[in-house]
Amino acid sequence: MRTRRGLSTVVLLAPACLLFSLFVVYPLVRGIALSFYEWNGVDAKTWVGLDNYRELFADPVFATALANNFRWLCCYVAAPLLGFGLALLVNQRLPGMQLARSLFFMPFVLSQVVVGLVFSWFFHSRFGLLNEILGGLGLATVAPLDSERWSIYTMIVAGLWPQTAYCMILYLTGLATLPRELTDAARVDGARRWSLLRYVVVPQLRPVHFIVFMVCAVAALRSFDYVMIMTLGGPYDSSTVLGYYMYEQTFLSQRYGYGAAIATVLLALMSCIVFALLWHLFYRERR
Amino acid sequence: MFPIPLERRSPSVRAGYRVAVAATLAVWLLPLLAIALASLRSQEDLNRGNYWGWPALAQLVDNYATVLTDSRLPQFVLNSFLVTIPAVVGTVAFASMAGFALAKHEFRGSRLLLMVFIGGNLVPFQALMIPVRDLIIAIGLYDSRLALILFHMAFQTGFCTLFMRNFIRDIPDDALDAARVEGAGELTIFWRIVLPLVRPAIAGVSVLIFTFVWNDYFWSLVLVQSDAIRPLTAGLQSLRGMWQTSWPLVAAGSLLAAVPPVAVFFLLQRHLIAGLTYGARADPL
Repeated sequence: MRTRRGLSTVVLLAPACLLFSLFVVYPLVRGIALSFYEWNGVDAKTWVGLDNYRELFADPVFATALANNFRWLCCYVAAPLLGFGLALLVNQRLPGMQLARSLFFMPFVLSQVVVGLVFSWFFHSRFGLLNEILGGLGLATVAPLDSERWSIYTMIVAGLWPQTAYCMILYLTGLATLPRELTDAARVDGARRWSLLRYVVVPQLRPVHFIVFMVCAVAALRSFDYVMIMTLGGPYDSSTVLGYYMYEQTFLSQRYGYGAAIATVLLALMSCIVFALLWHLFYRERR
Repeated sequence: MFPIPLERRSPSVRAGYRVAVAATLAVWLLPLLAIALASLRSQEDLNRGNYWGWPALAQLVDNYATVLTDSRLPQFVLNSFLVTIPAVVGTVAFASMAGFALAKHEFRGSRLLLMVFIGGNLVPFQALMIPVRDLIIAIGLYDSRLALILFHMAFQTGFCTLFMRNFIRDIPDDALDAARVEGAGELTIFWRIVLPLVRPAIAGVSVLIFTFVWNDYFWSLVLVQSDAIRPLTAGLQSLRGMWQTSWPLVAAGSLLAAVPPVAVFFLLQRHLIAGLTYGARADPL
């Protein structure tokens, strides 16, 4: 009986493990190994030890990319805040609210390519809605996509749109699971709107806050699509991020080893978040 | 309940609330409105500065007709379906099997395996890019639909396995043990008892993975290159290169590209939202 079950366990796990090892685990290890080589993708690889990393830390574009990822991370804090606000706004059971909730959520199901195009249009220096509005208000028009200082923020704004929608949904489910007795009891005790929010609702949603912040941090580090669609890292590499710089170095400059080193740094940053998450997940499950 | 339910408040309070929601929604969807307006105009119209006014009537459907008949957009849509559907079916099948083994056959290292699945799913794509591309080239699948299907299946299996495992764990052991006493094998139990019981989870995770795979852009750039194979996300970007001078066409193409995921969302939103919130409880993606 026991061995039969053992065999069936193997059969059940085999396809998933096989595919996952082949396309995720093995490439991961090989990618890290590759970062110690100089390789143009065609000829033989040359072992260069830590040279790629040494070059990386002296590379001004890498510094820009890292700083931009950090900006992205900081600005993404807005997504949980806005998402929580929207969730509070739409958490009512009146007729028609289901449709309103769906429309608020819709940006999340659009592909980042479409979102990127939508915001390229929004920020377009000649025809964009932003300049229409600024012009209508009698203000000077702007060209943020062509600005070394602002182009990174146009992409962050684009990314915040679906990200806020995602946070809103997570908070809505969190609000739905709030124990009714708790809010009612607090009301009986005389808690007014703001103190109820601050001392009861917000602390009760702690597990949701954790997940929401994790989701946003992961998304901020993953940013690639918007850069590819909206700025191509420009003008003059001012809006590049690690994910895009890696792609550019690999395929446009044919520097596979250098690209692998950038990817490894990105992986290390992501790992910090993943370990925090796994620890939290399994620690809570054990309790 | 928070905030205070407005159901029993006076009609004027409720009316005020509705106005507030409608106004917020209008601002929220403004970028989409802008591109929808652009999709109905001609480039000359835009150049003349006619932004809010009525477009030339003959123009209304022209951009959409051009996109649908004069471009490869329909081909790209088909390509996306031909990649996404097999990838979803395969992922859900393999992940349910693995989820069952991890939930009901505790063995040494089962928790570690689960952690590998979750961790692997959060790996940045760039860390896998070069080796996966090399591997796909080595097995002769570069620029084929199968390359995308295999990769998406492998990658999404991580998240999906955790999701299915958590659902299957909630099935009472008694039901499975009763069948075991009757002499049913584990695979029969999986097929006859487990799968029917987790149908709602399968619906949720399928919609979720459909959205992820459909919207993938990165791998569509890295693993394929010809127009005959290229999915919609990458295709749209190449159309944009073709229509550099005509934003209205780009706008129409973008909106058409958004139709399938939005339609799936409105048809199956109950499942999608259940999947998202459940998934995030266990694992953020």
